[in-house]
Amino acid sequence: MESTLLKLEQVNTHIDQFHILQNVDFEVKSGEVTVLLGRNGAGKTTTLRTIMGLNGATSGSIVFKGENITKLPPYEIAKKGIGYVPEDQGIFYDLTVEENFRVGMRKDDDGTKERMEWVLELFPDLKKFWRKPGGQLSGGQKQMLSIARAYVNDNDLLLIDEPSKGLAPVIVEKVIESIDKMKERTTVVLVEQNFYMASKLGDAFFILDDGITVHHGRMEQLIRDEELKRKYLGIA
Amino acid sequence: MMQKVQKSTWIYLLFSLVLVVIPFVKDERWFLFLLIQIFIFGIFAMSYDLLLGFTGIVSFGHAMFFGIGAYSVGITLERLEPTFFSFLLGIFFAAMAGGIVALIAGVLTLRLKSHYYAMLTLALASLFLVLAEKWRSLTMGNDGFTFKIPELPEGLQDHRNTVIYMFCLLSMILIFFGLRRLTQSPLGKILQAIRENEQRVESLGFRIMPYKVIISVISGVVASFAGVLYAISLRFVDTSVFAIDVTLDALLMTIIGGVGTLVGPIIGAGLIEFAHHYLSELSDVHWIFERWIILFGIVYILAVIFFPFGIVGTIQRSFAKRKQRKQEVTKSKKIAG
Repeated sequence: MESTLLKLEQVNTHIDQFHILQNVDFEVKSGEVTVLLGRNGAGKTTTLRTIMGLNGATSGSIVFKGENITKLPPYEIAKKGIGYVPEDQGIFYDLTVEENFRVGMRKDDDGTKERMEWVLELFPDLKKFWRKPGGQLSGGQKQMLSIARAYVNDNDLLLIDEPSKGLAPVIVEKVIESIDKMKERTTVVLVEQNFYMASKLGDAFFILDDGITVHHGRMEQLIRDEELKRKYLGIA
Repeated sequence: MMQKVQKSTWIYLLFSLVLVVIPFVKDERWFLFLLIQIFIFGIFAMSYDLLLGFTGIVSFGHAMFFGIGAYSVGITLERLEPTFFSFLLGIFFAAMAGGIVALIAGVLTLRLKSHYYAMLTLALASLFLVLAEKWRSLTMGNDGFTFKIPELPEGLQDHRNTVIYMFCLLSMILIFFGLRRLTQSPLGKILQAIRENEQRVESLGFRIMPYKVIISVISGVVASFAGVLYAISLRFVDTSVFAIDVTLDALLMTIIGGVGTLVGPIIGAGLIEFAHHYLSELSDVHWIFERWIILFGIVYILAVIFFPFGIVGTIQRSFAKRKQRKQEVTKSKKIAG
């Protein structure tokens, strides 16, 4: 049976005067892809940002690999082994693809080199545009660079926020394929509006609605549950 | 194994060589003095570019470091014998004082948003200005003071201006290549990443604050050194070295030349110093030129309209675009053929 890698208990997050996450409970098992679903403004991105320490939790606890990381700053959380791929991809436009990788690398050991080689085989386009500034890549290439950069570090968990956003269907297929390969090597939390992608990749799911966890379970249950999909995801 | 030298390095070295030859071709005092000022403000503007262009930190009181450098060397040479040892001691004091003030300003404010640093440096620069005005026993207040610089060896004494010119030029070249190396190093790339997206760098596992403080200290030390050269070139220091105009000049030199390019601020310094000189000279032609600052304003506006990324930045971008277009044409030809 898989062990729990990440656990959020009764987490509350405020942004200015707004109470965004309200007693959120969320759990991620090792080796799985856990999908966070919900309508726009449900608090999915805030959940990832709270895990990363970018929006501090006002109460509750976030435990990663048995250690409480709730009050740690983002750089400490990253060092614990959590990689974050934000919604806007967060690549550095003035730096080349190579420099984007180098800036993102915390170590330069054999493990990192092996992961780098593996990820460049997964995304050969990145190798092709090695010396091109990040700002000149296409939307799909930027997304690949963002995911690949997070993977290169020795992370136990990847938080990926809406990787399909704004991408052409054919590129979405490519991203699905690559995350599918990646999940054999690392645990993933995926925030996704695209149910097709979520259902293809997800092992488990959590649904957020207005900052509250309203449902969770195994992905195959959700695929079958038309009522749940209609109610919280607006899928007819 | 020999490292491949960048093509641009040869171009810069060629320009440096031209600058080395200038005093032997045109040795008029005013002209050499103008070029010396350009080298000094080029160094000062590069130090500002390190903050603004490479790290995204805005400073409204960068003149403080310039002034610290000028006063450090001036007071040392005035109080001690004007020997080379005193001169080196003055440089050492300038670097230490500039570095320590930058460290304090950085540690106090760089964990916060950039505008706190801007406000604190402005406040500190005003504080230093008041200190220089009021501490008359040391600084002679607004009147300032003159001081002697070390005697040159026999034979060079008659070429004092050329020696100062060469010293300032050499300083500018060495600082330029040093800073270029720094900005192209992994540290430099992290700084550029911080400028683009601080939060992102943090979530990659880097603590931002030490990087910002390091660059603030380096920038402060370089700016202090520019102040040292300024004082040496004039053999005089007064409170104007702490004025806000000095900071504004550095800001405009950087913006006009090209933010984040290093060579841009040197070009910006050249343009502004030449414009200062020639526009103010035109007052003999028509009274309107007495108000040359208005014309200066127009030059700034035009520069920003036609060179939105500064002169060097705009040229670099157009070259990059042309290269990209060329690559795309080659690629589509390959696909077609």
